[in-house]
Amino acid sequence: MMDYISNTAAEKDKMLQEIGLKEVKDLFQMIPEAVSADERLNIESGISELELMRRAQLQAGKNKSLDQQISFLGAGAYDHYLPGIIDALISRSEFYTAYTPYQAELSQGTLEAAYEYQSMICDLTGMGIANASMLDGGSAAAEAVTMAARITGNSRVLLPDTVNPAYREVIKTYGAGAELEFVDLESKQQIINPAQIEKNINDQTAVVVLQYPNFYGSLEKMEEISKMIKNKKNTLLLVIANPILLGVLKAPADFGADIVVGEAQNLGNGLNYGGPNLGFMACKDDRRMLRQLPGRIVGKTTDVDGKEGFVLTLQTREQHIRREKATSNICTNEALNALMATIYLATMGKEGLKEVGEQCYHKAHYLAKKINGLSGFEVLNQDNFFNEFVLKSEKESTEVFEELLQEEIIVGYDLKNIGENGILVCVTEKRTKAEMDKLVEKLEVL
Amino acid sequence: MEEKLIKDYSSSGRKGYSLPPLEVEKSDLEAELTGYLRDDLELPEVSEVDVVRHYTALSEMNYGVDSGIYPLGSCTMKYNPKRNERVARIAGLTNIHPYQPEKQLQGSLEILYQLKLDLAEISAMDEITLQPASGAHGEFVSLMIVKKYFEEREENRTKVIVPDSAHGTNPASAAMAGFDVVEIASNERGMVDLEALAEALDENTAALMLTNPNTLGIFEEDILKITEMVHQAGGLVYYDGANMNAIMGYAKPGLMDFDLMHFNLHKTFSTPHGGGGPGSGPVGVKDFLAPYLPRPLLKKDEEKYYWDYQRPKSIGKVHSFYGNYGVMLRAWAYIKTLGGRGLKKTTENAVLNANYLKARLKKDFELPYAEDSLHEFVLSGSRQKEEGVSTLQIAKRLLDYDQYAPTIYFPLVVKEAMMIEPTETENIGTLDHFIETMLTISREIKEDPELVNKAPHSTTVRKLDETKAARNPDLHW
Amino acid sequence: MSVKDGLYYSEDHEWVREEEDCLVIGVTDFAQEELGDIVFVELPEVEEEFEKNDGFGVLESVKAVSDTFIPVSGKILEVNENLIDNPELINDDPYGEGWLIKVDPADDSELDELLSAEEYAEFIEEE
Repeated sequence: MMDYISNTAAEKDKMLQEIGLKEVKDLFQMIPEAVSADERLNIESGISELELMRRAQLQAGKNKSLDQQISFLGAGAYDHYLPGIIDALISRSEFYTAYTPYQAELSQGTLEAAYEYQSMICDLTGMGIANASMLDGGSAAAEAVTMAARITGNSRVLLPDTVNPAYREVIKTYGAGAELEFVDLESKQQIINPAQIEKNINDQTAVVVLQYPNFYGSLEKMEEISKMIKNKKNTLLLVIANPILLGVLKAPADFGADIVVGEAQNLGNGLNYGGPNLGFMACKDDRRMLRQLPGRIVGKTTDVDGKEGFVLTLQTREQHIRREKATSNICTNEALNALMATIYLATMGKEGLKEVGEQCYHKAHYLAKKINGLSGFEVLNQDNFFNEFVLKSEKESTEVFEELLQEEIIVGYDLKNIGENGILVCVTEKRTKAEMDKLVEKLEVL
Repeated sequence: MEEKLIKDYSSSGRKGYSLPPLEVEKSDLEAELTGYLRDDLELPEVSEVDVVRHYTALSEMNYGVDSGIYPLGSCTMKYNPKRNERVARIAGLTNIHPYQPEKQLQGSLEILYQLKLDLAEISAMDEITLQPASGAHGEFVSLMIVKKYFEEREENRTKVIVPDSAHGTNPASAAMAGFDVVEIASNERGMVDLEALAEALDENTAALMLTNPNTLGIFEEDILKITEMVHQAGGLVYYDGANMNAIMGYAKPGLMDFDLMHFNLHKTFSTPHGGGGPGSGPVGVKDFLAPYLPRPLLKKDEEKYYWDYQRPKSIGKVHSFYGNYGVMLRAWAYIKTLGGRGLKKTTENAVLNANYLKARLKKDFELPYAEDSLHEFVLSGSRQKEEGVSTLQIAKRLLDYDQYAPTIYFPLVVKEAMMIEPTETENIGTLDHFIETMLTISREIKEDPELVNKAPHSTTVRKLDETKAARNPDLHW
Repeated sequence: MSVKDGLYYSEDHEWVREEEDCLVIGVTDFAQEELGDIVFVELPEVEEEFEKNDGFGVLESVKAVSDTFIPVSGKILEVNENLIDNPELINDDPYGEGWLIKVDPADDSELDELLSAEEYAEFIEEE
């Protein structure tokens, strides 16, 4: 057992004496007997580091990680290349054992890195303002929807089914709290028909939500839909973007997005079974929007000697000051994950991010073409897709999925989980030609 | 600034990455994605060495709990064991995708299940969700559960009661869940005023949110009376687990008749705070509220662990996947390392350390509530304020001595508040050093208040102009 | 801290100045001093109508937020647009360039319920 306590018995006695008590137990005398856990906690005895590592390895042995098979899984969590320097740098304890930078003068590292993160998110999205992070993509999308409702004073939300179903569910949970009205829009052929938006948008519509590329990997008719929204005085366009593809894909701001959010796990963060992830949020450089933005924001200022430095700013939006009138309850965010994304983006630079995006695109299209050449299989996406697509087979998708699992291939996300027959296949720059060829080969003989 | 921005290292054409060759034939990207492509990204172009040196330089301008004492009240900045980090970096436990089949992940699911059982044991709650990614997220989940519970019962309860000493997240979470917030004043001993509570309770009361010990570090001695009063009015009682470090092994929220609660794994269970996150805020409930927990819920049948999605009464999802798994791994490692006895010892030492600090500081700083306190306590800088130095400046001066400052100006019920929580991983040596520093500052205020008022002097930047930052926001390069 | 003669005052620290065709309303020197450096001002829309003691705006400093309450019922005729970009005017000149709104009062007699400069000075002395 290790408890990281370093006061010795003699030191404890000395401290008790200073306090004026005899025993440690006396410190707890105000706790009524009826509520005290008088028996020992029924938790097994503590173990040493060696035993802990052995036990953890044993658990790992019961898993089958992505290192042990070929994976084409995406659907919101992505397996991209992680430069080794990220872990080395964030393991500097001054970063990872620090708290929220409440004392700015002793937290300039965290603050400057957050300012860089905000700058890079603005660069990627084309937006004017970004906050210092949200909990994950789903909750960022949800808080963006409630933000849009506050800004517009409207409560109707157009929610196409081409938005990640997990995000849709999170958005609706938050929407139940904020008492919003949702209009679910049904897609055909992996993208939403702009006519659907046209038909359902009205003066009470707070926000139209579009995912870019959408859940099925396709690119929505952004330009066309955006124009419809701009015709409405009081309706915002919320774009849920995949940030790693924004090295190639046009910035959402160029399609007229008012708020841009998304999951930035794929920028330098590992999979970790889906968390900690990294929600990002950006909005237009507009004072009215900024006032409604949730989350921490870092700003640049000067100290008493005129030297530049960084602080948490515009805090009157936040819960510790505004309490029930705050823009959100968010306090803890994903600062360390944001740092990882910042180091990733710095390392890759504009050329690297572009190359990652292009490789994803070319590889995904290579695989899609091969699949389209097989009998019994086809790629369902009719329009532009980027690096995820829906594989449709004559066989039931679950059957295909399970058979490939035997071959040590996870072919993708079985859409049976959301009641559709198909598999969402994702190809990142990490997939090799050999891996893709193997998949095609196995499909062929299924 | 001390260290220039990463973009200022940029040089056109410089590279810090390498990727394998493409291998496959290129598609006609330009033609296929006409109208969707960009060429205006401005990310810095820097080398690997540039990146390493820059972020190393930034880290040197920071202060973590590995640097020294971090007495932020309510934040429980205890030491973050390195062995937990080792566990959280085992590829077989971390390079796993959230949509891999459950049969491939029984090792991880078992860990999460064990964590659930241990949290239930520590709290005397019946069922646990691990999905919330932070304490505030857990609060929101809890309030949505309360909302759903009353909707199911067709009771129109719209009010949530919050004491004036509560964390700001409490009223904010209640408002996000669509409740009206009613704040009640504390009594002169710093506890819930039973009369004020009785007055606030009515047929519209959905819940009372309470931290126990409260933000003054004081245990609500009438806790059973309080929970009974709320229950009699038909409301539920929610426990804010931010202060679990004060009672773990000594008292259980479930035994205090709380109906639901959240934990902060990044406080009580030693996971590192990362400069503001990630955290993890599991929620525990009594059986009757279990149907409302977020989807999916981790379950076990005879031979396997699985995610149960068939939860018709659930409030829905609040996170894209299952919550902050990486943080849970560390908390699991922590609980396994300490065991039941170890956890109880952390409570004892956290309380001992706090009381020792209080005993030695209360002569020089005003102690507004004399009541016995547990893992943290609140001093007031009002005496020093009269001498011309505010609590803010006491905090800034501490930085000059290379120690982090307490939480200041919170709770709101204390003027010039300094909320101090040393945690159990400090020892008498580091506590004495902190005490000496505080007493030195107290002397400095008498002898040379200007010295303190102009602090900090020795940090990489001196006092920053927050007014300028807010009036003319400069939020990106 | 200055209290200006000839104005009406409320216990919420607003002042009211009678002009020929309207009432001008702002916050007192005491209020701006208590709030500290004001960094943001939220003001109502012109034509909006308020009942006495309704909240009509928000003043924010770096770490505090304060609602402003209208001391007399009436309709907003004009708001001080200058404050949007220059909130510091409230700190620098609370009784002059830092005014908040101009109001068409619904009931002039409400002015009689307010404090005089002398009474207000006494009131803040006690606060």
